[in-house]
Amino acid sequence: MYRSHILICGGTGCTSSGSGAVIEALEAELKKNALEEEIKIIKTGCFGLCAIGPIMIVYPEGCFYSEVKPEDMEEIVNEHLIKGRPVKRLLYKETVEGDSIKSLNHTDFYRKQMRVALRNCGVINPESIDEYIAYDGYAALAKCLDEYTPQQVIDIVLDSGLRGRGGAGFPTGLKWKFAAANQADQKYVCCNADEGDPGAFMDRSILEGDPHAVLEAMAIAGYAIGANQGYIYIRAEYPIAVERLEIAIKQAREYGLLGKNIFGKGFDFDIGIRLGAGAFVCGEETALMTSIEGKRGEPRPRPPFPALKGLFQKPTILNNVETYANIAQIINNGAEWFKSIGNEGSHGTKVFALGGKINNTVLVEVPIGTPLRTVIEEIGGGIPNGKKFKAAQIGGPSGGCIPSEHLDVAIDYNTLIELGAMMGSGGLIVMDEDNCMVDIAKFFLEFTVDESCGKCTPCRIGTKRLYEMLEKITSGNGTLEDLDEMEKLCYYIKNNSLCGLGQTAPNPVLSTLRHFRDEYVAHVVDKKCPSGVCKDLLSYVIIADKCKGCTACARKCPVGAISGAVKQVHSIDTAKCIKCGACIETCKFGAIVKM
Amino acid sequence: MKSLEELKALKEKMQSKMGIRNDDNASARVVIGMATCGIAAGAKPVMKAFTDEIARRGLNNVAISQTGCIGICQYEPVVEVYVGNEEKVTYVKMTPDKVARVVNEHLVNGNVVDEYTIGQSKL
Repeated sequence: MYRSHILICGGTGCTSSGSGAVIEALEAELKKNALEEEIKIIKTGCFGLCAIGPIMIVYPEGCFYSEVKPEDMEEIVNEHLIKGRPVKRLLYKETVEGDSIKSLNHTDFYRKQMRVALRNCGVINPESIDEYIAYDGYAALAKCLDEYTPQQVIDIVLDSGLRGRGGAGFPTGLKWKFAAANQADQKYVCCNADEGDPGAFMDRSILEGDPHAVLEAMAIAGYAIGANQGYIYIRAEYPIAVERLEIAIKQAREYGLLGKNIFGKGFDFDIGIRLGAGAFVCGEETALMTSIEGKRGEPRPRPPFPALKGLFQKPTILNNVETYANIAQIINNGAEWFKSIGNEGSHGTKVFALGGKINNTVLVEVPIGTPLRTVIEEIGGGIPNGKKFKAAQIGGPSGGCIPSEHLDVAIDYNTLIELGAMMGSGGLIVMDEDNCMVDIAKFFLEFTVDESCGKCTPCRIGTKRLYEMLEKITSGNGTLEDLDEMEKLCYYIKNNSLCGLGQTAPNPVLSTLRHFRDEYVAHVVDKKCPSGVCKDLLSYVIIADKCKGCTACARKCPVGAISGAVKQVHSIDTAKCIKCGACIETCKFGAIVKM
Repeated sequence: MKSLEELKALKEKMQSKMGIRNDDNASARVVIGMATCGIAAGAKPVMKAFTDEIARRGLNNVAISQTGCIGICQYEPVVEVYVGNEEKVTYVKMTPDKVARVVNEHLVNGNVVDEYTIGQSKL
């Protein structure tokens, strides 16, 4: 038995901030002090606090260290592990209150959360099936095979009201019910781990932190619909997640939890991994299945829906990683428990990847229906540098923005649709007064223009034309008629595109037009960008009263656009100026401004 | 693994090893003085005896931690035991041989082993 467990995050975020070197340094220090048999190091998945990694928790005290470096390990071992004195300077600041130290679970960041899908992330070693089993792992699969008929399993999932966590929010139980009702010699269970929204990383974190939860849920789904084969479609850009999945599948097979005659109940199920090359369109269900078949990842018209003719023309269900991560919990705790969380019509919790202009760039899980203000101000710690909140973009390139007047709206599937946004996968990008909403819309459109597969015309050409109109506006050449034309084009693309990519691509434009039309008008009529982002609408000017003629700016300007003699007021040649901003940073007197 | 019983047995075995990670779970704490004086007097073998005995009995709600010098160096190794909200009990001049009795009588059955405590110790 170990007297102390040290958990160090081995997710992608902390790995890239150097947790591997920290683990090595800690191992060496423990060895030097002959503590290897007393203290155990466990590499876990994501804790959610990626911005302050590498992260380390020492039990039994529950001390939470952040931003640790290999050279800190000597002090932690000597002071904390040998003498029992936590190293305060390295503790996460929110856990220190005067002389007392709180555990991470008692900080605001964790207390406001409810972890269902992320329950094991940062708690267990994802490469140990035994640790997963200790936390009720595979108990739900056992319960299904032992106590429930496939129909009863479907009824529980239906009754729980679980909706897809990947985008559209289709009821999961209905998908299962349709696929179960279709008779076939072969059926498939697929997992969509092709997470492509800019800023969203919850699926990766679940796969890296708790891969068995997904395997167990897929086996349950297989039992429910009568499938014996599953596929996980995951992008190759997630190497740590792929490796942990491979380890998890191997362990599950060794334990007989995947394979033939599971638990001796006559149910066979196995899972294979298929790697995607990172095309956004492959997150669309029909394109994903086409890609698994070995063909070019392009969508096809529905109907027929996958529940009837999916992978290899057989009945198939496809659910998102986060959706699967809820299944075992629903089986173990019951549909009523799940229904008690969240809002009417939107039950359970949702994971959000919080990023952008926010103090804590984090992964959080809250009950659906939690107001946006709670997520941004209390969990996210508010906007840095005293700036004002302008809007939050939810759902990535398929979603929309929520402006400050709706900060207190409960976030659920229905209210988001009413506001012109959508839950999407849960990327939540916070913007402050320095962000230009037209520029944001242009950014997302550029992404969809790039990622459109080109199969259908409305998406291929429509998004390109829409992007060009946005460019015209941000360069100061737009007219008010363009705004109306743009809106028409948006609806045309939405109504005529083949798949979800095109049908949702205009959403960022529509939602910014709806909530921030005044910014568009300022670009078109006043030829100004109110946030000072769109370069073509800006000019740099030297204020004569403040200029001391020090020549610092003229020497810094990379294109020689600033002229003026020593101790004389300088001026900027706007024809030469490339608006790089170097002069503003250089001027000590605040004499240069953007107008 | 071919039966539900096997899964359950493995779960229970693993849970006892992982209880340490639930900081709300610990109902008792064993704190061992591990400053220079404590280590010199033999605190390390005492700590090892505690971890072994607690593991052997599968007590997954007992946390073992260490502390510095509390100023009674002549009584080392010193071990403080906290059970629930009761007042702490200070055991002095501990040896690995005494550990099993403390775990059995105090941690399991709730009876303080008076003769090992600081109040009973002869100078």
